[in-house]
Amino acid sequence: MTRYVLVRLGNGLFVLWAALTVSFMVLHLVPGDAVTVMLRGRGGEGSSVDPAAADALRAQLGLDRPLYAQYLDFVWGAVRLDFGTSFATGDEVSAVLGRSLPPTLELAAAALLLTLVAGVAAAVTASLLPSAPLRSAVWSVTVAGGAVPSFWTGIILLQVFSFRLGWFPAFGEGDLSRLVLPAFALALPGIGTLTQVLGRSLRTALADPYVRTARAKGASRLRATTVHALRNAAIPAMTLFGMMVGGIVAGAVITETVFSRPGLGTLTAKAIDTHDFPVIRALVFLVGALYVLINLAVDLVYPKVDPRIVLRSA
Amino acid sequence: MTDTTAGPTTGAPTHPAPGSTPCTTSDATSAPTPDSAADAATAAAGPEGPDPLLALTDLQVSYATRRGVVHAVRGASLTVPAGRTVALVGESGSGKSSAGLAVLGLLPDGTGPVRGSIRLAGRELVGLPDRVLRGIRGREIGFIPQDPRASLNPVQRVGTQVAEVLRIHRLSRGRAETERRVRELLGEAGLPDPGRTAEQFPHELSGGMCQRVLIAIALAGRPRLLIADEPTSALDVTVQRRILDHLAEVTRQAGTGLLLITHDLAVAAERADLVAVMSQGRIVETGPSADVIGAPRHPYTRELVAAAPSLTAPPAAATAPAAGPLLTVENLRRVFRARPAPAGRREAASPAGRGRITAVDGVSFTLARGGSLGIVGESGSGKSTLANLLLRLDRPDAGRIVLDGVDLATVPPARLRRLRRNIQPVFQDSYGSLDPAFTVAEAIAEPLRAFGVRKRARAERVAELLDLVRLPAATAGRRPAELSGGQRQRVSIARALALTPRLLVLDEPVSALDVSVQARILTLLAELRAELGLGYVFISHDLAVIRQVCDLVLVMRRGRAVEQGRVTEVFARPQHPYTRELLAAVPGRPPTPARSLT
Repeated sequence: MTRYVLVRLGNGLFVLWAALTVSFMVLHLVPGDAVTVMLRGRGGEGSSVDPAAADALRAQLGLDRPLYAQYLDFVWGAVRLDFGTSFATGDEVSAVLGRSLPPTLELAAAALLLTLVAGVAAAVTASLLPSAPLRSAVWSVTVAGGAVPSFWTGIILLQVFSFRLGWFPAFGEGDLSRLVLPAFALALPGIGTLTQVLGRSLRTALADPYVRTARAKGASRLRATTVHALRNAAIPAMTLFGMMVGGIVAGAVITETVFSRPGLGTLTAKAIDTHDFPVIRALVFLVGALYVLINLAVDLVYPKVDPRIVLRSA
Repeated sequence: MTDTTAGPTTGAPTHPAPGSTPCTTSDATSAPTPDSAADAATAAAGPEGPDPLLALTDLQVSYATRRGVVHAVRGASLTVPAGRTVALVGESGSGKSSAGLAVLGLLPDGTGPVRGSIRLAGRELVGLPDRVLRGIRGREIGFIPQDPRASLNPVQRVGTQVAEVLRIHRLSRGRAETERRVRELLGEAGLPDPGRTAEQFPHELSGGMCQRVLIAIALAGRPRLLIADEPTSALDVTVQRRILDHLAEVTRQAGTGLLLITHDLAVAAERADLVAVMSQGRIVETGPSADVIGAPRHPYTRELVAAAPSLTAPPAAATAPAAGPLLTVENLRRVFRARPAPAGRREAASPAGRGRITAVDGVSFTLARGGSLGIVGESGSGKSTLANLLLRLDRPDAGRIVLDGVDLATVPPARLRRLRRNIQPVFQDSYGSLDPAFTVAEAIAEPLRAFGVRKRARAERVAELLDLVRLPAATAGRRPAELSGGQRQRVSIARALALTPRLLVLDEPVSALDVSVQARILTLLAELRAELGLGYVFISHDLAVIRQVCDLVLVMRRGRAVEQGRVTEVFARPQHPYTRELLAAVPGRPPTPARSLT
């Protein structure tokens, strides 16, 4: 078990290194130059950039050094969890992330909770529906839910619940009521997908002989579904859920922008816009680490759900 | 929707009039004649007679399928007297399982409304809502399913699954009492260490132990009626015997009625007081077991009795004494590295080495040209590993496999590939071993293509082979899903014969088939052996089948060959205690008159 975790963490480090290296390369290949962007930003739109000032800034930021040296610096920094200072604001990157992390965590937690509860409830309800046409109607709705992009859902939700009905505040952060609409917009595609995956494996599990055994004991359909079939059907849904956690930050970029919430999403959008390399790299590191850890956690939970699963590092 | 039947009608099924009760409450101890049985039937059907435990009257069950409505049960009438065992016998598709599930109200989705009457001690069950039936299931009717391993929830501890019955029906108070009752029930079901078993998961138990857990579950609510659907078909004979003995014991003690659904006439004859034979959704013959199986009256029953392989049937043809050796196996050995077997899995015959399992342990035998060697043994004895080694689908760790003077164990891969045409397999699962996307012709032609036979020659050979296995030429264009199990197994045999091999390795080739189909495939195999001078290595758990096809037999246990010799000699005078145990466990020694029930 310990060995398994260590091997997996080792693999995770490799994944992180690969992600960081690729992002480093990509950032140096994209057109546009951080220094130009920064100087323009100071001088206003359309102002010309003074070449001398640009060179000075470049030297100051270390961007004049050879690429391999920048890369080694960067890797060494990443090992110490030191990502330097933001090009855009001059603040410590860790401080910038520290400010943006809590609102996004709040949003992600709310969205994931919503996904889990609504997804499981929808899948179970759909499997319990007595008539086949009703079941397929529910499946169609979930397909639609999974297919609709979250920015569209966000805009519709704002239109209906904030502007028309005035039930929830439209923008910003703070109290819980401001969390409802963005969390829902962020969760909706996940709910659709989770319902489909879980619903399908539930249907397979419900045809297994042990469900009949349970019913022959006198268990109700609901009991046979929730107590017996659900846990057996959970594994694919768990895998999917682990992957969703990684995707939630990508979703937050859009949702936070639509709802004008501060957070990692808006920070990511801004950092890419301004070619703020240190912030982008730190974000890649953060999301990558999150992804590795969540997937490891999911894998460690598998044997708790199904005792036949034995963890082996291969 | 069209109204189709399940298949062509064989014989002349009688359609019992509603209200008649072919199975009777007559006293089986007095071994009633058919006439007295009929008298008792009228008496039981009369208003003054006491209600039988279970009475099905003109039961009808139909399923809506894509091809139309299939009538699974068409007017079946049957009675189970209190405390008696009634066997419902039939082949797959006869409707016997549907009848059992109808009693439980657990027919699958897509089943039309059940018509007719199902009375449990006089109470009508047809039409009751699920809410009410839930109180009857597990409490008044216990159910023992077919596939013990798959019928237990793999992610729940066994004890929890037994306790669920007690919880649902509120039969115990508090955790401590529930746990105590669970241990009692597991103990009563014949599990040696109930306290520990309760804490285990199904995959840590053998199939026989799982079936005992299911018996504990079925009996937990102290039901008056047990429905057992092929309770031992997935188990080894020796385990089957212990389970059936135990079931007889507990039903006798508690006075529980048992509806035993089985395809196995021998089991029915040996275990039931009364037998009802089902075919095409109807009950064609009922009566005391000894009468129905000893002197069947209905043509279908006669056909079934004749098709059932038995240890008294004439044995297979012996090999010509002068025939030279075809296959010589010397000291064959195969060792698997494995995780230590889960503790407590004692009924499974896996010798617990330290992380090593010797699946085949020094097996030697010689098979003459045209000879037929049967390999018997229970699950885990190493039969299938041996088959894979002979086919060189697996590599032995030691020993020789000499086929026609060439040692297959050491031959280089390129040469091995050419030699494969001499030794071909037929597997148990004909559905799984045929590519569903291939037509029959493509499946049979595939080995020919692999050995570079040209297209026209292939087509000719396919036609020839279809003819050889007695399949109509029109079968060539069909796909596996459109064929019956017997037809698919014929296709597998044709494919195995395509390259004119000298030896067929058949791994349980008829175990998944109904007896009548099984009998026809065995006849085909015997004919092919004579026509083509083929040698067989025939693996089976069924001693009667071995007797019918093989002249030599090798008994395997825990990877070793514990006994080998001529079938006639080994079966008549077994030397090894294990061979004796195997032979004694075979059900259906000549049926005795209905046994005493007191």
